[in-house]
Amino acid sequence: MITLSHFIVLGAVLFCIAVASLFINRKNVIVLLMSIELMLLAVNINFVAFSRFLGDVAGQVFVFFILTVAAAETAIGLAILVLLFRNRSTINIAQIDSMKG
Amino acid sequence: MIDSSMFQLVCFYAFAAVTVGAALGVITLRNTVHAVLSLVLTFFSTACIWLLAEAEFLAIALIVVYVGAVMVLFLFVVMMLDIKQEHLREGFIRYLPVGIIIALVMLGEMLALIGVRAMHMAVMGANPATVAGVSNTEWLGHALYTQFLLPFEIAALILTVGVVAAVALTLRHRGGVRHQSAAQQVAVKPSDRIRIVKMAAERPAQDKNQEPTP
Repeated sequence: MITLSHFIVLGAVLFCIAVASLFINRKNVIVLLMSIELMLLAVNINFVAFSRFLGDVAGQVFVFFILTVAAAETAIGLAILVLLFRNRSTINIAQIDSMKG
Repeated sequence: MIDSSMFQLVCFYAFAAVTVGAALGVITLRNTVHAVLSLVLTFFSTACIWLLAEAEFLAIALIVVYVGAVMVLFLFVVMMLDIKQEHLREGFIRYLPVGIIIALVMLGEMLALIGVRAMHMAVMGANPATVAGVSNTEWLGHALYTQFLLPFEIAALILTVGVVAAVALTLRHRGGVRHQSAAQQVAVKPSDRIRIVKMAAERPAQDKNQEPTP
C-alpha cells in the first residue's frame, strides 16, 4: 500500500533532477524555465500528499495557488524571453551580460 | 490474487517511474521541442499520481492548466524562436559531473531526513473528503470560497497582471506600416471630414454672343 514516504521520495527525486538541470543546462533559458516548473511540481506533489494524509484541505488549496502563480510567472518569463530574443537574437545566458552582473 | 492496495502500489511505481524518466528526458534531450514534450509527459503522469492520492480536482486542473495552456505556450515560444541548438549545449559534458554530484548529495540528505524506516509507518487513511460526505471538488471549493476567499481574489488579480504584463512586454509598433486605427475612426467628428466654406453666391453667367433666333 502507498505510504506518505512514497510521495515525498518522488518529490525529492524530481526536485534533485531539476537542481541538476540548473547546472548542466546553464546556457539555455527555456530549459531553465522548465526546470523551475519541475521544482514547483515536486513541491506540489508534497503538498498534495500531506493534504491527503493529514486530512487538511489547506494543502490542496495551496497547490491551487501555486499553479496560478506559476502560470503567471511562466507567461511573463516567456514574454521577457521573446523580447530578449527580438533584441539580442540569442537566448544564450553567457551572451546576455549587458548588465555586467 | 492481487488485492486493491497492492494494485495501487503497482500503479504508483509505474507512474512514478514514467514521471522520473520523463523528467530526466526534460533535462537531457538535445532538441528543445522534445524536452517540452517530455515535460508534458511528466505533468501527465504526475496528474495520474495525484489521482491515486484522490486529489481529483487538482489532477484535472494540472492537465487543463499546465498541459493545455502553459506547455502550449512553451511550444509556441520554442517554435517561434529560431534557436541555434549547438551553442546552447556548450558545457553540458563539463558541468554534468558537478550537477550529478550535487543532485545526489541533495537527494541523500533529503532521504536521510525523510527516513527509510518511516517508509512503512504512515499508511494512507480514509479520504477526508469522503469522510465529510462530499466530493473532492466540493471539499476544496468550500475551503476556497470561505476560508481562502481573499487569497483567491488576489490570485485572480495576479493572473490579470500576468496577462497585461505579457501583452505590454511583447507589443510593439512597427514604423512605416499602414494600418487602420479603430479608435480614431470611431472618434471622428463631422468637422474633421468636411469643411463648409462661406462664399458669395455667383451670378448666372451672362450670354454675350447670343445667336438670334431664326
